[in-house]
Amino acid sequence: MAILGAINPMLSLDLDGDNAWRLTDYVKRGGYSALRRILEEKQTQEFVINEVKKSVLRGRGGAGFPTGLKWSFMPRSFPGDKYVVCNSDEGEPGTFKDRDILRYNPHSVIEGMAIAAYAMGAARGYNYIHGEVWEIYERFEEALDEARAAGFLGRNLLASGFDFDLFAHHGYGAYICGEETALLESIEGKKGQPRFKPPFPASFGLYGKPTTINNTETFASIPYIINLGGETYLEAGKANNGGTKLFSISGHVNRPGNYEIPLGTPFATLLEMAGGMRGGRQLKACIPGGSSSPVVPAAAMMECTMDYDSISKAGSMLGSGAVIVMDETTCMVKALERLSFFYYEESCGQCTPCREGTNWLYRVVHRIETGRGRADDLDLLSSVTTNIMGRTICALGDAASMPVQSFIKHFHDEFAYHIEHKKCLVPVDVQRAGSGFFTATV
Amino acid sequence: MLTSESLKKIDREIAKYPADQKQSAVMAALAIAQEEKGWLSSEAIECVANYLGMAPVAAYEVATFYNMYDLKPVGKYKVSVCTNLPCMLSGGVDAGEYLKSKLGIGYNETTPDGLITLKEGECMGACGDAPVMIVNNRRMCSWMNPEQIDQLLAELK
Repeated sequence: MAILGAINPMLSLDLDGDNAWRLTDYVKRGGYSALRRILEEKQTQEFVINEVKKSVLRGRGGAGFPTGLKWSFMPRSFPGDKYVVCNSDEGEPGTFKDRDILRYNPHSVIEGMAIAAYAMGAARGYNYIHGEVWEIYERFEEALDEARAAGFLGRNLLASGFDFDLFAHHGYGAYICGEETALLESIEGKKGQPRFKPPFPASFGLYGKPTTINNTETFASIPYIINLGGETYLEAGKANNGGTKLFSISGHVNRPGNYEIPLGTPFATLLEMAGGMRGGRQLKACIPGGSSSPVVPAAAMMECTMDYDSISKAGSMLGSGAVIVMDETTCMVKALERLSFFYYEESCGQCTPCREGTNWLYRVVHRIETGRGRADDLDLLSSVTTNIMGRTICALGDAASMPVQSFIKHFHDEFAYHIEHKKCLVPVDVQRAGSGFFTATV
Repeated sequence: MLTSESLKKIDREIAKYPADQKQSAVMAALAIAQEEKGWLSSEAIECVANYLGMAPVAAYEVATFYNMYDLKPVGKYKVSVCTNLPCMLSGGVDAGEYLKSKLGIGYNETTPDGLITLKEGECMGACGDAPVMIVNNRRMCSWMNPEQIDQLLAELK
């Protein structure tokens, strides 16, 4: 059981049992009724887009862009091929919600994509699935077969005259493909290097055709929005932050996992749902929206509610809803060193500031961590980040820079101690105890 | 030089894309070739490229860009351990160290009997299950504490 807890859930409601993911179970809990109603009542494309706009559903992949607005950018009445693409390339450290949506509720994604395709006049879609989750890819393929056999995908859906077919594309290990234009390049069978924008995918997307890309959870929310009505969905969250959202909690908590809660729920409630801090230790800091979002110190985090606006006010981003919890056993230099290595490893190499800059960031943080830091290293790091940010095609350079800036800003003394004393403020054996690895079997 | 079974699998992938976009199947085709051969030699990459009607260098670009393709021979089992921050907080780095000492090898090395290659992986999208590792790109193993790692190693023969 992977959805560990919920308050007023939609996506994760009634997912108990081994067959919850199957079409028959999905239909039993009301699945495909939104698509059926739209097709049978011959609803207009404008009606569907308007409901999504009213719901104030904001992109669940990280950027938080209003989904209805994004859909309205598509030239839906123009003839010719158009595509809808689902971004399930979930590789942002800390994020593991889409994996569970595809594992336990894959038909909600299929139905959501079919509704999106109808609203935007697309006849074909792809779901790009993260390389490391092979079992999830296989399951999604099986769910697609079920949907095709039942007439929810293919030609002339439910005798409405509307055609839509959907296919799964399996990634093979590249974080950058989570960036939407890199993802399109990857589907086209190329290196996943982001495209310069404009043109945006709505005018020049997959194979050069108009394309809309949304996150898995975004698509999965669509049937619920159509069934409830946009306004009711909005009210399930809070103003400007419609609906419920899945949060992936990892790190130093007793019960890491996925939790579905209304946007606007206090962080303290979420932490409590996750079983509280491991070993009863103190919260030190939290990365609230995936590894690219700025770190927030404990006191400020405890004041936050889990929604786009509150987290933004605390100087960070809700991002993908990946909450990485760190307790007092965490060495912030070591934590940052690992993140910096990740961005260095995953930079696609296209833009010089990112390709060279991420290498500099990692090497300098690494030398601080290994006791070879120099007095001016923190200034050097700051200078490298400002020379990366805003100077690259995609956001990976910014994503690499924001952790560096925020870790140093909030934990300056710890970095300075490291440089001066050539060792960690948090003793190594305390750090090891924090992971719980060697005590797990005792 | 791929088996007809592999080619049939590749055909199934090609069918997912518009008729004039066969290149879209290259990622899947390379994965299928790797599964058959154990790793991707230049010959295997060229074979995939020819089958899809694309330039070999374009297929080679793809093979070198994505982390899960092996361009050098690996052991019978490739074990990738996630050591990224969320996993590290719950023992990912310790699990890597434990594996190194059990196997007597470092990252990117193979045991002398050719059985296991150890890799340090990047985020696998399963941070709640930390420590996590993947065997041969396909099988994800969750909550890998010392006891579970011992069991896995006993199983990989």
